[in-house]
Amino acid sequence: MLTAAPGSLLLRDSRLASVWDKVRNGVRLSREDGQLLFETEDLHGLGRMADFAKSRRHGEQVFFVLNRYVNPTNVCVLSCSFCDFARKKGEDGAFENSIEDVLDMIKPGTREAHIVGGHHPDWPFDYYERMIGAIHAARPETQIKAFTAAEIDYLWRRWKIEPREALTRLKKAGLHSMPGGGAEIFSKRLQKELHYSGKADADRWLEIHGIAHSLGIKTNATMLYGHIETMAERVEHLLRLREQQDRSGGFLTFIPLAYQVGTTKLVPRQTPPTDDLRTIAASRLLLDNFPHIEAYWVMIGEETASVALHFGASDVNGTLEDEKIAHMAQAESPPGLAQEQILRMIRDAGKVAVERDALYNVVKVWN
Amino acid sequence: MLTEAPLLDLGGLAQEARFRLHPEKHVSFVIDSNPNYTNVCITDCQFCAFYRKPGDPEAYTLSVEEVLAKVEFAAKKGATTVLLQGGHNPTLPLEYYTTLVSETRRRFPHVTPHFFTASEIQTVAQVSGLAVVEVLDRLWEAGQRTLPGGGAEVLSERVRRRIEPKKGGPGAWLEVHREAHRRGFKSTATMMYGHVEEPDDLVDHLDAIRELQDMFGGFTAFVPWSFKPGNTLLEKWIKQYKGPNTYLRMLAAARLYLDNFPHVQASWFSEGKRAGQIALHFGADDWGGTLFEENVHRAADYVNTITVEEIVTLIREAGFTPVQRTTTYETIKTW
Repeated sequence: MLTAAPGSLLLRDSRLASVWDKVRNGVRLSREDGQLLFETEDLHGLGRMADFAKSRRHGEQVFFVLNRYVNPTNVCVLSCSFCDFARKKGEDGAFENSIEDVLDMIKPGTREAHIVGGHHPDWPFDYYERMIGAIHAARPETQIKAFTAAEIDYLWRRWKIEPREALTRLKKAGLHSMPGGGAEIFSKRLQKELHYSGKADADRWLEIHGIAHSLGIKTNATMLYGHIETMAERVEHLLRLREQQDRSGGFLTFIPLAYQVGTTKLVPRQTPPTDDLRTIAASRLLLDNFPHIEAYWVMIGEETASVALHFGASDVNGTLEDEKIAHMAQAESPPGLAQEQILRMIRDAGKVAVERDALYNVVKVWN
Repeated sequence: MLTEAPLLDLGGLAQEARFRLHPEKHVSFVIDSNPNYTNVCITDCQFCAFYRKPGDPEAYTLSVEEVLAKVEFAAKKGATTVLLQGGHNPTLPLEYYTTLVSETRRRFPHVTPHFFTASEIQTVAQVSGLAVVEVLDRLWEAGQRTLPGGGAEVLSERVRRRIEPKKGGPGAWLEVHREAHRRGFKSTATMMYGHVEEPDDLVDHLDAIRELQDMFGGFTAFVPWSFKPGNTLLEKWIKQYKGPNTYLRMLAAARLYLDNFPHVQASWFSEGKRAGQIALHFGADDWGGTLFEENVHRAADYVNTITVEEIVTLIREAGFTPVQRTTTYETIKTW
């Protein structure tokens, strides 16, 4: 039975009516509300509420950036069960790029360079510092978004460089912002089960983002979903991010990352597109203090990313050129997209494409 | 609905309409194949990458036995439907077509010959000097009971003059389906959007098939898909095909507008498997077929393949129970 909720929104699950009341009135959603968003069969009602929340912030605008993904190395001391990217030193497929190699990857005029890599046991902190400095000197027009909180934490574990010092020095060298990777899913149970306990845990990951925010470094946040986590764990993850954002306020974008089955096969198949849409919508509604929710086309495919623009997403990331982490896990999407394809994804949803820089300054509004 | 309604409201309403018609959370599919008997065609449609002019080095026409080998290949893989279509080849006599039907019936009784679109039947009528109804009668006598819905494109004079001037107006397609339904045939109706049409043209299209459906109720399903520009004459003006939001809007609007159509088909093949799964939440109640062989989209550099196991999994993942069906939507097996 259709219920025409006030504000002319059609809800088939009457339990959503109280959530809709809160959303319309700008009241924060509870953990129970979050759980309901991940349970309801009313995908359209959920999407409509998320679209309302997205449109209130950004109207019909959807953002993208002309960027380049760079992985300095995939050598990593960790063995996370969900990762197809990491290699041990000397193992087949391991790569270690020099600073010159990295510079070659970033074409002049690139708006944003997204730089993440493995936890390399031998690379000292000053190598990272010199890398950022060299990129900044050679490509002053490029904003550098580099190193996950997990990598920053590893620099402390390996070299005893405190995150505050590391980030201060990296910022001085030219770092603009930090990516949101390495959060995985905030769960002690899964940390053990999926062997990522050697990595920054939830508290540490959030602490490092808080430090970055206090230094004026904007960051993103992610969540790896669609493997063996529970819906309650997803909600917990989102609520932890929301609390941190209340404290430090420097998150720009939340990026749900759909687990790529690849050869790690924690589950037989990638989670279906309806789950991607649900996760994006629920994130938009729960993370009321995050400016943006992203539909990351690499993980969910161009089609679902395009439809997700009706489910609360206000960003599609960018051109990437040479994405490796998902593609070493056999992602079906291409490793990069031409600007034309990004525009098509946004326009097919009837939205206005806005080219941005790493900090969401508007570069150009495309019609 | 085609231009203004919020997409998710439209999708929600389309699901209401779909569940009113089909209350169970079932999604049907068919095991089928789409071979072609000839690519020779004299109609020069601007949206088509498949055809070759007579005498072209890449032109081919299969013998009756060669076509039946393709039917056999499909039958061995479990197909219950073979959708056979081809170009408009003026050298083929009526007997070629009727023999294909009768021999398929005789040799492969479990396969429904879902052969020849409306424009091919118009061509056969012209070449043989018979009326359309007479051609349909001969096919009926040979054992044919269903017609595929291709060749409709957009049933609008303006659009057809622009992209397929030699194929005739909407009346040519509608005449064949009207006479077929009158005779007792079942058929589907397709729509290919995303080229030179305006929303008005699409409404004309939906109106035309809805009116015809009111006369005899012979349409089983509506099947829309997006135009693929690769290797076609239209590619010069239209570089990209329309994306999933446009597709979902078409499906949902069609489910609401075509209130006398039993089924609306999600085309995993032309729009992608993930878009196909989403489409099951925007009014579609059928997944289409396995399409063991397909050459028309392939000619436009668009390739997609699937297995029965994958179909079953995809339908389940989307939250529905898979049901294998016949050409005419009778249940064969519920998974």
